[in-house]
Amino acid sequence: MFDLERWEEIFETISKNKLRTFLTSLSVASGIFILVILLGIGEGMRNGISREFEQDAANILYVWTGSTSVGYKGMNPGRRIQMKNADYDFAVQKHQDELEYKSSMFRIWNGVVNYNKESGSYRVEGVLPDYQFLENSGMMSGRFINHNDHSGYEKVAVIGKRVNDDLFKGKQAVGEYIEISGINFKVIGVFTDPGGEREETRVYVPLSTAQRVFNGSNNINNMAFTLEKEESFEAALAASTRFSEQLQQFLKEQHTIAPEDTRAVVVNNSLENAKRFYDLMDMIKFFFWGVGICTIIAGIVGVSNIMLIIVKERTREIGVRKALGARPWSIVMMVLHESIFVTAIAGFVGLIGSLALLELVGPMIETQYIANPSVNFNVALSTVFILIIAGAVAGFFPAWRAARIKPIVALRDE
Amino acid sequence: MIEIKDLHKSYKTGGSSLHVLKGINFSVAEGELVSIMGSSGSGKSTLLNILGMLDEADEGTYTLDGVPIKNLNETVAARYRNKFLGFIFQSFNLISYKSALDNVALPLYYQGVKRKERMESAMNYLEKVGLKDWSSHLPNELSGGQKQRVAIARALASDPKVLLADEPTGALDSKTSYEVMDLIQEINEEGRTILIVTHEHDIAQMTKRIVNLKDGVIIDDTLVDQVKAQQYV
Repeated sequence: MFDLERWEEIFETISKNKLRTFLTSLSVASGIFILVILLGIGEGMRNGISREFEQDAANILYVWTGSTSVGYKGMNPGRRIQMKNADYDFAVQKHQDELEYKSSMFRIWNGVVNYNKESGSYRVEGVLPDYQFLENSGMMSGRFINHNDHSGYEKVAVIGKRVNDDLFKGKQAVGEYIEISGINFKVIGVFTDPGGEREETRVYVPLSTAQRVFNGSNNINNMAFTLEKEESFEAALAASTRFSEQLQQFLKEQHTIAPEDTRAVVVNNSLENAKRFYDLMDMIKFFFWGVGICTIIAGIVGVSNIMLIIVKERTREIGVRKALGARPWSIVMMVLHESIFVTAIAGFVGLIGSLALLELVGPMIETQYIANPSVNFNVALSTVFILIIAGAVAGFFPAWRAARIKPIVALRDE
Repeated sequence: MIEIKDLHKSYKTGGSSLHVLKGINFSVAEGELVSIMGSSGSGKSTLLNILGMLDEADEGTYTLDGVPIKNLNETVAARYRNKFLGFIFQSFNLISYKSALDNVALPLYYQGVKRKERMESAMNYLEKVGLKDWSSHLPNELSGGQKQRVAIARALASDPKVLLADEPTGALDSKTSYEVMDLIQEINEEGRTILIVTHEHDIAQMTKRIVNLKDGVIIDDTLVDQVKAQQYV
């Protein structure tokens, strides 16, 4: 490997065929380039999707109801299902030990909100204190709704940052009074939501207040839960699936819904969604590896081809060398060495090029589904490993052929 | 030095087999300068190839400097070639992208001689053939005679027991041929055993012994009065 003579020979043969070597190298370099870029994008997609799921508490379950789609026990399909406080209370009581955060929600339709002369139409929701954590809301000022607000039917409101900007134009909102559908509420806090602006156009009031003031009786529109953390993703997924099934079963019994009805009660299990995405990501990653490897194989075949031609062209020279006492092993090493050298150099160029591109352009890519495309050290290391193997494979057949050349045949070769 | 007994060789071409050497018995003592003559197809090149371990005989024994040459694998053959033999070819067979000096040093490289020693030794041999000033030139910058002299220097570099020359003057004009023969005679005078395959009578007359081959058998083996090439140069 550190034989000066052999290095000289390699540089001599390469410099004799600059264009040919360049073109071959290009195929290997682009192979590695494409592989690394694909893996970088794969990683970026994974990052992007992980970020999407981080916005809400990751293992969150939302429950809402619709209309029945299947007739059951003499009742026609199309019956609207309305959840009650009792449903929520029962669910919480039954799964007490499993739940981390929990809240039910009553939505107030046509929530027109006024402050002095400013007004706007926002989503107004009656919620429980835990809702802050379910939505991952952060407080910019003031506080979120607490149990006292709820039990005391307080007319207080927590407004989103966007609502704050619209109505208060930068003034201090906490302590001021806003009108929601003509009823005064005291602003106690302003929240931000990692989900973005749309999520910040909401106004939260205590559930009890909302039900009493806006004629909600004891109706609720949806329920949201997070489960206690589990050791692994699989365990968390299993726990949330089990919880989701039990909850659906309970609600269906309670509201006389056919067990096979999928529209009347819907449980959205974010972990299941996440799993679907992660599975998809793994598939895509697998696919990218496949495509990348195939591209590299195309490059290797190119190198192999060129090495075969070189061996063919040098048949006579190899014969002379053998006549002068070259052992087959030294001929094999001569060809392998050149092949590994060409692939390694070309591969490194491709690798460095792609890493540079990812490094320079990567941070600028900020779409919803791709974030910070990059490859980690292990991937870079494994591609280098692939390169060395590739060079050896590419050189193997030509080298083998070269070693089998009989000096007498080689010398006759014109 | 060389001892050959009842040597047979045939080539298979397609379905038929061509019997080229039909029982050659032949020996060469140390310090001899022998020419092997014969028309094309007489088997002289085949004989030389077998002597040079570039090819293997089907039958018979071959002993070189007391070492029986048989059942060689490539690696052993390579070692023997390097140690015992120096080759001189009709078409020189210099490596085109290596300088004259590097070409001469190549057998020493395969002997595992260190670079510095190798280059010194190669330079000595180049000086011996009178091409010291051309050491850094590539083969295509040299004339035919010069190329053959580089090839002779290369053949000598590993200090072999026997020099084998296959039509060494075949690609040269008469004047350069005689110059090359003069060099070969000079080397022979120093005691080295040399075998030359040729079909030119004047070249053969410059050796000390002529072996005539016809249809795969030796028909004539005579000592000759050597003509010195010096007088034609």
